[in-house]
Amino acid sequence: MTLTEHPVRRPTGFRRLRGARRRGGGVPVALLLPALLGLAFLTLPLIGLLARTPWSTLPQRLAEPGVLAALRLSLLTATLATLLCLLLGVPLAWLLARVEFPGRRLVRALVTVPLVLPPVVGGVALLLVFGRRGLIGGWLDQTFGFTLPFTTTGVVFAEAFVAMPFLVLAVEGALRGADRRYEEAAATLGAGRWVTFTHVTVPLVGPGLAAGAVLCWARALGEFGATITFAGNYPGRTQTMPLAVYLALETDVEAAIVLSLILLVVSVVILAGLRDRWISTP
Amino acid sequence: MRPRTSVLAGAVTLVLAGCGTPGGEAVGGGVTGTVTVFAAASLAATFDRIGRDFEAAHPGSTVVFNFAGSSALATQLTAGAPADVFASAAPQHLTAVTTADGTDGTPAVFVRNQLVIAVAAGNPEGVRSLSDLTRPGLKVALCAEQVPCGSAARRALDTAGVALTPVTLEADVRGALAKVRLGEVDAALVYRTDTRAAAPEVAAVEFPESDQAVNDYPIAVLADAPNPTAAHAFVAHVRSAQSQAVLTEAGFQAP
Repeated sequence: MTLTEHPVRRPTGFRRLRGARRRGGGVPVALLLPALLGLAFLTLPLIGLLARTPWSTLPQRLAEPGVLAALRLSLLTATLATLLCLLLGVPLAWLLARVEFPGRRLVRALVTVPLVLPPVVGGVALLLVFGRRGLIGGWLDQTFGFTLPFTTTGVVFAEAFVAMPFLVLAVEGALRGADRRYEEAAATLGAGRWVTFTHVTVPLVGPGLAAGAVLCWARALGEFGATITFAGNYPGRTQTMPLAVYLALETDVEAAIVLSLILLVVSVVILAGLRDRWISTP
Repeated sequence: MRPRTSVLAGAVTLVLAGCGTPGGEAVGGGVTGTVTVFAAASLAATFDRIGRDFEAAHPGSTVVFNFAGSSALATQLTAGAPADVFASAAPQHLTAVTTADGTDGTPAVFVRNQLVIAVAAGNPEGVRSLSDLTRPGLKVALCAEQVPCGSAARRALDTAGVALTPVTLEADVRGALAKVRLGEVDAALVYRTDTRAAAPEVAAVEFPESDQAVNDYPIAVLADAPNPTAAHAFVAHVRSAQSQAVLTEAGFQAP
Protein backbone atom coordinates (compact mmCIF):
# COMPACT_ATOMS: atom_id res chain seq x y z
CA MET A 1 0.00 0.00 0.00
CA THR A 2 1.09 3.49 -0.73
CA LEU A 3 0.25 4.48 2.82
CA THR A 4 3.04 2.37 4.27
CA GLU A 5 5.51 3.79 1.80
CA HIS A 6 5.16 7.17 3.43
CA PRO A 7 5.72 6.61 7.12
CA VAL A 8 5.13 9.70 9.19
CA ARG A 9 8.34 9.30 11.16
CA ARG A 10 11.21 8.41 8.86
CA PRO A 11 14.38 6.91 10.29
CA THR A 12 17.07 9.58 10.44
CA GLY A 13 19.34 7.82 7.96
CA PHE A 14 16.65 7.52 5.32
CA ARG A 15 17.24 10.80 3.58
CA ARG A 16 20.98 10.27 3.38
CA LEU A 17 20.57 6.74 2.07
CA ARG A 18 18.23 7.84 -0.68
CA GLY A 19 20.65 10.57 -1.75
CA ALA A 20 23.47 8.05 -1.92
CA ARG A 21 21.45 5.70 -4.05
CA ARG A 22 20.59 8.45 -6.45
CA ARG A 23 24.26 9.33 -6.88
CA GLY A 24 25.08 5.63 -7.42
CA GLY A 25 23.18 5.51 -10.70
CA GLY A 26 19.67 4.63 -11.82
CA VAL A 27 17.30 1.84 -10.82
CA PRO A 28 18.63 -1.65 -11.68
CA VAL A 29 17.08 -2.97 -14.90
CA ALA A 30 16.47 -6.32 -13.22
CA LEU A 31 14.01 -4.54 -10.92
CA LEU A 32 12.70 -1.89 -13.27
CA LEU A 33 11.65 -4.24 -16.06
CA PRO A 34 9.48 -6.61 -14.00
CA ALA A 35 8.12 -3.60 -12.09
CA LEU A 36 6.93 -1.97 -15.29
CA LEU A 37 5.55 -5.28 -16.56
CA GLY A 38 3.68 -5.70 -13.30
CA LEU A 39 2.26 -2.20 -13.59
CA ALA A 40 1.17 -2.84 -17.17
CA PHE A 41 -0.44 -6.14 -16.18
CA LEU A 42 -2.48 -4.40 -13.48
CA THR A 43 -3.48 -1.35 -15.51
CA LEU A 44 -4.09 -2.78 -19.00
CA PRO A 45 -7.52 -4.25 -18.13
CA LEU A 46 -8.48 -0.81 -16.80
CA ILE A 47 -7.39 0.75 -20.10
CA GLY A 48 -9.51 -1.89 -21.86
CA LEU A 49 -12.52 -0.71 -19.84
CA LEU A 50 -11.81 2.94 -20.58
CA ALA A 51 -11.52 2.21 -24.30
CA ARG A 52 -15.01 0.68 -24.35
CA THR A 53 -16.65 3.36 -22.18
CA PRO A 54 -19.58 5.10 -23.88
CA TRP A 55 -18.64 8.60 -22.71
CA SER A 56 -21.59 10.34 -24.36
CA THR A 57 -24.21 8.47 -22.32
CA LEU A 58 -22.22 8.66 -19.07
CA PRO A 59 -24.16 11.51 -17.36
CA GLN A 60 -27.45 9.90 -18.38
CA ARG A 61 -26.44 6.60 -16.78
CA LEU A 62 -25.33 8.34 -13.60
CA ALA A 63 -28.73 9.99 -13.29
CA GLU A 64 -30.56 6.65 -13.27
CA PRO A 65 -32.08 6.27 -9.79
CA GLY A 66 -30.96 2.66 -9.30
CA VAL A 67 -27.32 3.59 -9.83
CA LEU A 68 -27.16 6.15 -7.03
CA ALA A 69 -29.05 3.84 -4.66
CA ALA A 70 -26.57 1.03 -5.36
CA LEU A 71 -23.61 3.40 -4.97
CA ARG A 72 -24.93 4.78 -1.68
CA LEU A 73 -25.57 1.28 -0.37
CA SER A 74 -22.09 0.13 -1.43
CA LEU A 75 -20.34 3.02 0.33
CA LEU A 76 -22.49 2.63 3.45
CA THR A 77 -22.08 -1.13 3.79
CA ALA A 78 -18.34 -1.12 2.99
CA THR A 79 -17.77 1.57 5.64
CA LEU A 80 -19.87 -0.24 8.25
CA ALA A 81 -18.10 -3.50 7.42
CA THR A 82 -14.73 -1.78 7.88
CA LEU A 83 -15.81 -0.38 11.26
CA LEU A 84 -16.95 -3.85 12.32
CA CYS A 85 -13.62 -5.28 11.15
CA LEU A 86 -11.70 -2.61 13.10
CA LEU A 87 -13.75 -3.28 16.21
CA LEU A 88 -13.13 -7.04 16.11
CA GLY A 89 -10.05 -7.35 13.91
CA VAL A 90 -7.61 -5.03 15.70
CA PRO A 91 -8.00 -6.83 19.06
CA LEU A 92 -7.65 -10.14 17.22
CA ALA A 93 -4.46 -8.94 15.51
CA TRP A 94 -3.12 -7.75 18.87
CA LEU A 95 -3.90 -11.14 20.43
CA LEU A 96 -2.06 -12.94 17.63
CA ALA A 97 0.95 -10.62 17.75
CA ARG A 98 1.36 -10.04 21.49
CA VAL A 99 -0.04 -12.97 23.46
CA GLU A 100 1.51 -16.41 23.56
CA PHE A 101 -1.18 -19.06 23.72
CA PRO A 102 -1.42 -22.69 22.64
CA GLY A 103 -2.77 -23.14 19.13
CA ARG A 104 -1.79 -19.63 18.05
CA ARG A 105 -0.50 -20.85 14.69
CA LEU A 106 -3.77 -22.67 14.07
CA VAL A 107 -5.77 -19.54 14.91
CA ARG A 108 -3.59 -17.52 12.54
CA ALA A 109 -4.31 -20.06 9.79
CA LEU A 110 -8.04 -19.94 10.57
CA VAL A 111 -8.04 -16.16 10.11
CA THR A 112 -7.07 -16.68 6.46
CA VAL A 113 -9.97 -19.08 5.77
CA PRO A 114 -12.18 -16.39 4.16
CA LEU A 115 -9.28 -15.55 1.81
CA VAL A 116 -9.02 -19.11 0.53
CA LEU A 117 -12.73 -19.91 0.48
CA PRO A 118 -14.46 -18.96 -2.78
CA PRO A 119 -16.76 -16.07 -1.73
CA VAL A 120 -19.88 -17.88 -2.94
CA VAL A 121 -19.00 -20.77 -0.63
CA GLY A 122 -18.40 -18.22 2.12
CA GLY A 123 -21.93 -16.96 1.52
CA VAL A 124 -23.36 -20.47 1.80
CA ALA A 125 -21.35 -21.00 4.99
CA LEU A 126 -22.80 -17.77 6.41
CA LEU A 127 -26.30 -19.00 5.53
CA LEU A 128 -25.64 -22.27 7.34
CA VAL A 129 -24.78 -20.29 10.50
CA PHE A 130 -26.81 -17.07 10.31
CA GLY A 131 -29.58 -18.18 7.92
CA ARG A 132 -33.17 -18.84 8.89
CA ARG A 133 -32.37 -22.52 9.43
CA GLY A 134 -28.80 -21.80 10.55
CA LEU A 135 -27.07 -22.67 13.83
CA ILE A 136 -27.37 -19.15 15.26
CA GLY A 137 -29.84 -17.71 12.76
CA GLY A 138 -32.50 -20.27 13.64
CA TRP A 139 -32.29 -19.21 17.29
CA LEU A 140 -32.36 -15.51 16.34
CA ASP A 141 -35.46 -16.10 14.21
CA GLN A 142 -37.32 -18.00 16.91
CA THR A 143 -36.33 -15.75 19.81
CA PHE A 144 -36.45 -12.29 18.24
CA GLY A 145 -38.21 -12.95 14.92
CA PHE A 146 -35.14 -11.44 13.28
CA THR A 147 -33.35 -12.84 10.23
CA LEU A 148 -30.13 -11.61 8.64
CA PRO A 149 -30.36 -12.83 5.02
CA PHE A 150 -31.90 -10.37 2.53
CA THR A 151 -31.18 -7.39 4.84
CA THR A 152 -28.64 -4.57 4.65
CA THR A 153 -27.14 -5.91 7.89
CA GLY A 154 -26.66 -9.17 6.02
CA VAL A 155 -24.64 -7.32 3.36
CA VAL A 156 -22.41 -5.84 6.09
CA PHE A 157 -21.92 -9.33 7.57
CA ALA A 158 -20.97 -10.84 4.21
CA GLU A 159 -18.54 -8.02 3.42
CA ALA A 160 -16.97 -8.06 6.88
CA PHE A 161 -16.50 -11.84 6.68
CA VAL A 162 -14.59 -11.60 3.42
CA ALA A 163 -12.65 -8.40 4.22
CA MET A 164 -11.58 -8.93 7.85
CA PRO A 165 -8.53 -11.13 7.09
CA PHE A 166 -6.96 -8.25 5.14
CA LEU A 167 -7.20 -5.99 8.20
CA VAL A 168 -6.05 -8.63 10.68
CA LEU A 169 -3.02 -9.66 8.60
CA ALA A 170 -1.97 -6.05 7.94
CA VAL A 171 -2.31 -4.98 11.59
CA GLU A 172 -0.65 -8.11 12.92
CA GLY A 173 2.30 -7.54 10.57
CA ALA A 174 2.56 -3.93 11.74
CA LEU A 175 2.42 -5.00 15.40
CA ARG A 176 5.19 -7.56 14.89
CA GLY A 177 7.35 -4.99 13.13
CA ALA A 178 6.77 -2.31 15.78
CA ASP A 179 9.45 -1.54 18.36
CA ARG A 180 8.24 -3.19 21.56
CA ARG A 181 10.52 -1.06 23.75
CA TYR A 182 7.97 1.77 23.64
CA GLU A 183 5.35 -0.53 25.11
CA GLU A 184 7.81 -1.79 27.70
CA ALA A 185 8.71 1.78 28.64
CA ALA A 186 5.02 2.61 29.06
CA ALA A 187 4.63 -0.45 31.26
CA THR A 188 7.59 0.52 33.47
CA LEU A 189 6.04 3.97 33.84
CA GLY A 190 2.96 2.29 35.31
CA ALA A 191 0.62 2.05 32.33
CA GLY A 192 -1.61 -1.03 32.26
CA ARG A 193 -2.00 -3.19 29.18
CA TRP A 194 -5.16 -1.39 28.05
CA VAL A 195 -3.69 2.11 28.41
CA THR A 196 -0.52 0.92 26.70
CA PHE A 197 -2.59 -0.48 23.86
CA THR A 198 -4.66 2.67 23.31
CA HIS A 199 -1.94 5.27 23.94
CA VAL A 200 1.21 3.59 22.65
CA THR A 201 0.52 0.53 20.51
CA VAL A 202 -2.25 1.90 18.31
CA PRO A 203 -0.45 5.20 17.45
CA LEU A 204 2.74 3.21 16.85
CA VAL A 205 1.10 1.00 14.21
CA GLY A 206 -1.01 3.84 12.79
CA PRO A 207 0.21 3.51 9.17
CA GLY A 208 -0.20 -0.27 9.21
CA LEU A 209 -3.65 0.11 10.72
CA ALA A 210 -4.62 2.65 8.05
CA ALA A 211 -3.29 0.40 5.28
CA GLY A 212 -5.23 -2.54 6.68
CA ALA A 213 -8.41 -0.50 6.94
CA VAL A 214 -8.04 0.71 3.35
CA LEU A 215 -7.48 -2.85 2.07
CA CYS A 216 -10.44 -4.02 4.09
CA TRP A 217 -12.69 -1.23 2.80
CA ALA A 218 -11.65 -1.79 -0.81
CA ARG A 219 -12.26 -5.53 -0.55
CA ALA A 220 -15.67 -4.93 1.05
CA LEU A 221 -16.58 -2.43 -1.68
CA GLY A 222 -15.86 -4.93 -4.45
CA GLU A 223 -17.46 -7.90 -2.68
CA PHE A 224 -19.84 -9.88 -4.86
CA GLY A 225 -20.07 -13.64 -4.27
CA ALA A 226 -20.71 -13.80 -0.53
CA THR A 227 -23.08 -10.83 -0.70
CA ILE A 228 -25.37 -12.21 -3.41
CA THR A 229 -25.38 -15.64 -1.79
CA PHE A 230 -26.00 -14.52 1.78
CA ALA A 231 -27.92 -11.26 1.37
CA GLY A 232 -29.50 -11.77 -2.04
CA ASN A 233 -30.11 -8.96 -4.48
CA TYR A 234 -32.84 -6.38 -3.96
CA PRO A 235 -32.55 -2.77 -5.16
CA GLY A 236 -32.09 -0.26 -2.35
CA ARG A 237 -31.73 -2.93 0.32
CA THR A 238 -29.06 -5.43 -0.68
CA GLN A 239 -28.12 -4.54 -4.26
CA THR A 240 -24.60 -3.12 -4.04
CA MET A 241 -22.65 -1.83 -7.05
CA PRO A 242 -20.89 -5.13 -7.88
CA LEU A 243 -24.30 -6.86 -7.98
CA ALA A 244 -25.73 -4.11 -10.18
CA VAL A 245 -22.70 -4.46 -12.47
CA TYR A 246 -23.11 -8.21 -12.72
CA LEU A 247 -26.78 -7.94 -13.67
CA ALA A 248 -26.13 -5.12 -16.12
CA LEU A 249 -23.63 -7.45 -17.80
CA GLU A 250 -26.52 -9.80 -18.61
CA THR A 251 -28.15 -7.29 -20.94
CA ASP A 252 -25.85 -4.35 -21.60
CA VAL A 253 -22.06 -4.59 -21.43
CA GLU A 254 -21.61 -0.83 -21.78
CA ALA A 255 -23.88 -0.15 -18.80
CA ALA A 256 -21.80 -2.59 -16.78
CA ILE A 257 -18.60 -0.80 -17.78
CA VAL A 258 -20.04 2.58 -16.80
CA LEU A 259 -21.16 1.26 -13.42
CA SER A 260 -17.72 -0.25 -12.78
CA LEU A 261 -16.02 3.02 -13.68
CA ILE A 262 -18.28 5.00 -11.33
CA LEU A 263 -17.40 2.64 -8.48
CA LEU A 264 -13.73 2.83 -9.37
CA VAL A 265 -13.61 6.63 -9.60
CA VAL A 266 -15.54 7.14 -6.36
CA SER A 267 -13.32 4.73 -4.42
CA VAL A 268 -10.11 6.24 -5.82
CA VAL A 269 -11.27 9.77 -4.94
CA ILE A 270 -12.19 8.72 -1.40
CA LEU A 271 -8.92 6.84 -0.83
CA ALA A 272 -6.82 9.68 -2.26
CA GLY A 273 -8.67 12.17 -0.06
CA LEU A 274 -8.13 10.10 3.06
CA ARG A 275 -4.47 9.56 2.25
CA ASP A 276 -3.82 13.27 2.01
CA ARG A 277 -5.45 13.80 5.38
CA TRP A 278 -3.46 11.06 7.06
CA ILE A 279 -0.18 12.33 5.72
CA SER A 280 -0.72 16.01 6.49
CA THR A 281 -1.79 15.29 10.08
CA PRO A 282 0.66 12.92 11.71
CA MET B 1 -14.60 -26.41 -21.54
CA ARG B 2 -15.09 -30.01 -20.64
CA PRO B 3 -13.03 -32.21 -22.92
CA ARG B 4 -14.03 -35.80 -22.41
CA THR B 5 -10.97 -37.39 -24.00
CA SER B 6 -7.26 -36.91 -23.36
CA VAL B 7 -5.37 -33.98 -24.80
CA LEU B 8 -3.55 -36.32 -27.18
CA ALA B 9 -6.77 -37.80 -28.54
CA GLY B 10 -8.14 -34.30 -28.94
CA ALA B 11 -5.07 -33.28 -30.93
CA VAL B 12 -5.38 -36.32 -33.16
CA THR B 13 -9.04 -35.66 -33.87
CA LEU B 14 -8.25 -32.02 -34.57
CA VAL B 15 -5.74 -33.12 -37.19
CA LEU B 16 -8.31 -35.52 -38.64
CA ALA B 17 -10.84 -32.71 -38.73
CA GLY B 18 -8.34 -30.66 -40.71
CA CYS B 19 -8.04 -33.46 -43.28
CA GLY B 20 -11.79 -33.98 -43.61
CA THR B 21 -13.70 -32.48 -46.48
CA PRO B 22 -15.50 -29.27 -45.58
CA GLY B 23 -19.11 -29.05 -46.57
CA GLY B 24 -22.65 -28.66 -45.36
CA GLU B 25 -23.59 -32.34 -45.24
CA ALA B 26 -26.04 -32.79 -42.36
CA VAL B 27 -26.02 -36.49 -41.43
CA GLY B 28 -24.28 -39.64 -42.48
CA GLY B 29 -20.63 -40.30 -43.25
CA GLY B 30 -17.73 -37.87 -42.97
CA VAL B 31 -18.67 -36.76 -39.46
CA THR B 32 -15.36 -36.76 -37.61
CA GLY B 33 -13.27 -34.48 -35.46
CA THR B 34 -14.20 -32.21 -32.62
CA VAL B 35 -17.51 -30.36 -32.34
CA THR B 36 -17.31 -27.47 -29.90
CA VAL B 37 -20.73 -26.76 -28.41
CA PHE B 38 -21.50 -23.66 -26.33
CA ALA B 39 -24.66 -24.47 -24.37
CA ALA B 40 -26.79 -22.84 -21.68
CA ALA B 41 -26.05 -24.03 -18.15
CA SER B 42 -29.57 -25.47 -17.82
CA LEU B 43 -28.68 -27.94 -20.59
CA ALA B 44 -25.59 -29.36 -18.86
CA ALA B 45 -27.04 -32.67 -17.67
CA THR B 46 -29.03 -33.50 -20.80
CA PHE B 47 -26.38 -32.37 -23.29
CA ASP B 48 -23.71 -34.47 -21.59
CA ARG B 49 -25.84 -37.52 -22.34
CA ILE B 50 -26.78 -36.33 -25.84
CA GLY B 51 -23.09 -35.72 -26.57
CA ARG B 52 -22.17 -39.26 -25.53
CA ASP B 53 -24.92 -40.65 -27.78
CA PHE B 54 -23.58 -38.55 -30.66
CA GLU B 55 -20.03 -39.82 -30.17
CA ALA B 56 -21.34 -43.40 -30.12
CA ALA B 57 -23.27 -42.82 -33.36
CA HIS B 58 -20.31 -41.15 -35.08
CA PRO B 59 -17.06 -42.95 -34.23
CA GLY B 60 -14.09 -40.63 -34.56
CA SER B 61 -16.03 -37.61 -33.38
CA THR B 62 -15.63 -35.80 -30.08
CA VAL B 63 -18.05 -33.34 -28.54
CA VAL B 64 -16.54 -30.64 -26.32
CA PHE B 65 -18.97 -28.59 -24.22
CA ASN B 66 -18.71 -25.15 -22.69
CA PHE B 67 -21.63 -24.69 -20.29
CA ALA B 68 -22.38 -21.24 -18.85
CA GLY B 69 -25.12 -18.63 -18.64
CA SER B 70 -26.42 -17.84 -22.13
CA SER B 71 -25.43 -14.17 -21.91
CA ALA B 72 -21.88 -15.05 -20.81
CA LEU B 73 -21.61 -17.47 -23.73
CA ALA B 74 -22.90 -14.81 -26.14
CA THR B 75 -20.25 -12.40 -24.82
CA GLN B 76 -17.53 -15.03 -25.31
CA LEU B 77 -18.74 -15.83 -28.84
CA THR B 78 -18.94 -12.22 -30.00
CA ALA B 79 -15.44 -11.74 -28.56
CA GLY B 80 -14.23 -14.44 -30.96
CA ALA B 81 -14.31 -17.70 -28.98
CA PRO B 82 -14.05 -20.55 -31.52
CA ALA B 83 -17.19 -22.72 -31.48
CA ASP B 84 -19.31 -24.77 -33.87
CA VAL B 85 -22.72 -24.76 -32.21
CA PHE B 86 -24.52 -22.41 -29.82
CA ALA B 87 -27.56 -23.63 -27.86
CA SER B 88 -29.04 -20.70 -25.93
CA ALA B 89 -31.68 -20.58 -23.19
CA ALA B 90 -33.25 -17.50 -24.78
CA PRO B 91 -33.54 -16.28 -28.39
CA GLN B 92 -32.07 -12.81 -27.69
CA HIS B 93 -28.65 -14.21 -26.75
CA LEU B 94 -28.45 -16.18 -29.99
CA THR B 95 -29.59 -13.06 -31.87
CA ALA B 96 -26.75 -11.11 -30.24
CA VAL B 97 -24.27 -13.59 -31.71
CA THR B 98 -25.90 -13.96 -35.11
CA THR B 99 -26.17 -10.21 -35.72
CA ALA B 100 -22.46 -9.94 -35.00
CA ASP B 101 -21.16 -13.05 -36.76
CA GLY B 102 -24.05 -14.72 -38.62
CA THR B 103 -25.06 -18.38 -38.64
CA ASP B 104 -24.71 -21.29 -41.03
CA GLY B 105 -28.34 -22.16 -41.70
CA THR B 106 -31.42 -20.97 -39.81
CA PRO B 107 -31.59 -21.16 -36.02
CA ALA B 108 -34.25 -23.56 -34.78
CA VAL B 109 -36.09 -23.83 -31.45
CA PHE B 110 -35.31 -27.36 -30.26
CA VAL B 111 -36.86 -27.31 -26.82
CA ARG B 112 -38.93 -25.21 -24.41
CA ASN B 113 -38.76 -24.73 -20.67
CA GLN B 114 -41.62 -23.67 -18.43
CA LEU B 115 -41.73 -22.02 -15.02
CA VAL B 116 -42.99 -23.75 -11.90
CA ILE B 117 -43.13 -22.72 -8.24
CA ALA B 118 -40.31 -24.47 -6.41
CA VAL B 119 -41.07 -25.24 -2.76
CA ALA B 120 -39.45 -27.38 -0.08
CA ALA B 121 -40.23 -31.10 -0.22
CA GLY B 122 -43.77 -31.78 0.99
CA ASN B 123 -44.82 -28.17 0.33
CA PRO B 124 -44.96 -27.21 4.06
CA GLU B 125 -46.52 -23.79 3.35
CA GLY B 126 -49.27 -25.33 1.20
CA VAL B 127 -48.57 -23.16 -1.86
CA ARG B 128 -51.13 -23.90 -4.60
CA SER B 129 -51.06 -20.88 -6.92
CA LEU B 130 -49.18 -17.70 -7.77
CA SER B 131 -51.52 -15.61 -5.58
CA ASP B 132 -50.58 -17.79 -2.57
CA LEU B 133 -47.08 -16.31 -2.89
CA THR B 134 -48.31 -12.88 -1.75
CA ARG B 135 -49.30 -14.28 1.64
CA PRO B 136 -47.73 -12.16 4.44
CA GLY B 137 -44.63 -13.68 5.96
CA LEU B 138 -43.97 -15.90 2.98
CA LYS B 139 -40.50 -15.32 1.54
CA VAL B 140 -40.19 -15.63 -2.23
CA ALA B 141 -37.13 -15.50 -4.49
CA LEU B 142 -37.38 -14.51 -8.15
CA CYS B 143 -34.71 -14.20 -10.81
CA ALA B 144 -33.73 -10.66 -11.80
CA GLU B 145 -35.53 -9.45 -14.92
CA GLN B 146 -32.23 -9.16 -16.78
CA VAL B 147 -31.97 -12.98 -16.95
CA PRO B 148 -34.41 -15.24 -18.87
CA CYS B 149 -36.04 -16.88 -15.83
CA GLY B 150 -36.70 -13.41 -14.37
CA SER B 151 -38.37 -12.01 -17.49
CA ALA B 152 -40.47 -15.17 -17.74
CA ALA B 153 -41.51 -14.77 -14.09
CA ARG B 154 -42.47 -11.16 -14.76
CA ARG B 155 -44.69 -12.23 -17.68
CA ALA B 156 -46.37 -14.92 -15.58
CA LEU B 157 -47.03 -12.57 -12.64
CA ASP B 158 -48.39 -9.88 -14.95
CA THR B 159 -50.70 -12.40 -16.63
CA ALA B 160 -51.98 -13.57 -13.25
CA GLY B 161 -52.33 -9.97 -12.04
CA VAL B 162 -50.32 -10.81 -8.94
CA ALA B 163 -48.29 -8.01 -7.31
CA LEU B 164 -45.50 -9.87 -5.58
CA THR B 165 -42.65 -8.38 -3.55
CA PRO B 166 -39.82 -10.90 -3.46
CA VAL B 167 -37.06 -10.76 -0.84
CA THR B 168 -34.41 -11.19 -3.51
CA LEU B 169 -33.90 -10.97 -7.27
CA GLU B 170 -31.33 -13.65 -7.96
CA ALA B 171 -28.73 -13.38 -10.70
CA ASP B 172 -29.51 -16.84 -12.04
CA VAL B 173 -31.95 -19.68 -11.59
CA ARG B 174 -29.48 -21.70 -9.54
CA GLY B 175 -29.26 -18.94 -6.94
CA ALA B 176 -33.04 -18.92 -6.57
CA LEU B 177 -33.17 -22.69 -6.31
CA ALA B 178 -30.32 -22.78 -3.76
CA LYS B 179 -32.29 -20.45 -1.49
CA VAL B 180 -35.24 -22.86 -1.55
CA ARG B 181 -32.92 -25.78 -0.85
CA LEU B 182 -31.35 -24.02 2.14
CA GLY B 183 -34.76 -23.03 3.48
CA GLU B 184 -34.01 -19.29 3.28
CA VAL B 185 -37.09 -18.69 1.14
CA ASP B 186 -40.39 -20.55 1.08
CA ALA B 187 -40.82 -20.48 -2.68
CA ALA B 188 -39.11 -19.45 -5.90
CA LEU B 189 -40.10 -19.29 -9.55
CA VAL B 190 -37.69 -21.53 -11.47
CA TYR B 191 -37.78 -23.84 -14.48
CA ARG B 192 -39.41 -27.21 -14.27
CA THR B 193 -36.13 -28.84 -15.30
CA ASP B 194 -34.41 -27.28 -12.27
CA THR B 195 -36.92 -28.70 -9.81
CA ARG B 196 -36.69 -32.07 -11.56
CA ALA B 197 -32.91 -32.04 -11.04
CA ALA B 198 -33.24 -30.91 -7.40
CA ALA B 199 -35.82 -33.57 -6.44
CA PRO B 200 -36.55 -34.93 -3.87
CA GLU B 201 -35.33 -31.95 -1.76
CA VAL B 202 -37.43 -29.57 -3.85
CA ALA B 203 -40.98 -30.06 -5.08
CA ALA B 204 -42.67 -28.30 -8.00
CA VAL B 205 -46.09 -26.63 -7.99
CA GLU B 206 -47.43 -26.13 -11.51
CA PHE B 207 -49.55 -23.05 -12.23
CA PRO B 208 -51.68 -22.21 -15.29
CA GLU B 209 -50.11 -18.80 -16.01
CA SER B 210 -46.79 -20.50 -16.79
CA ASP B 211 -48.10 -20.89 -20.35
CA GLN B 212 -47.21 -17.21 -20.66
CA ALA B 213 -43.77 -17.85 -19.22
CA VAL B 214 -42.30 -20.33 -21.66
CA ASN B 215 -38.69 -19.94 -22.72
CA ASP B 216 -37.66 -21.03 -26.21
CA TYR B 217 -34.23 -22.62 -26.55
CA PRO B 218 -32.79 -22.02 -30.04
CA ILE B 219 -29.80 -23.84 -31.51
CA ALA B 220 -27.66 -22.83 -34.50
CA VAL B 221 -24.45 -23.68 -36.32
CA LEU B 222 -22.18 -20.64 -36.16
CA ALA B 223 -21.02 -18.98 -39.39
CA ASP B 224 -17.31 -19.45 -38.68
CA ALA B 225 -17.66 -22.99 -37.31
CA PRO B 226 -14.30 -24.80 -37.64
CA ASN B 227 -16.11 -28.13 -38.26
CA PRO B 228 -19.40 -27.38 -40.06
CA THR B 229 -20.12 -30.95 -41.18
CA ALA B 230 -20.05 -32.33 -37.66
CA ALA B 231 -21.78 -29.19 -36.35
CA HIS B 232 -24.81 -29.74 -38.61
CA ALA B 233 -24.83 -33.42 -37.72
CA PHE B 234 -24.85 -32.51 -34.01
CA VAL B 235 -27.76 -30.07 -34.41
CA ALA B 236 -29.69 -32.74 -36.34
CA HIS B 237 -28.90 -35.19 -33.54
CA VAL B 238 -30.21 -32.78 -30.86
CA ARG B 239 -33.47 -32.44 -32.80
CA SER B 240 -33.80 -36.23 -33.33
CA ALA B 241 -36.48 -38.26 -31.53
CA GLN B 242 -33.80 -39.97 -29.43
CA SER B 243 -32.46 -36.70 -27.99
CA GLN B 244 -35.91 -35.17 -27.62
CA ALA B 245 -36.80 -38.13 -25.39
CA VAL B 246 -33.77 -37.35 -23.18
CA LEU B 247 -34.80 -33.70 -22.98
CA THR B 248 -38.47 -34.32 -22.15
CA GLU B 249 -37.47 -36.82 -19.49
CA ALA B 250 -35.54 -33.99 -17.82
CA GLY B 251 -38.65 -31.78 -17.81
CA PHE B 252 -38.23 -29.89 -21.08
CA GLN B 253 -41.13 -29.57 -23.53
CA ALA B 254 -41.00 -30.27 -27.24
CA PRO B 255 -41.19 -27.08 -29.31
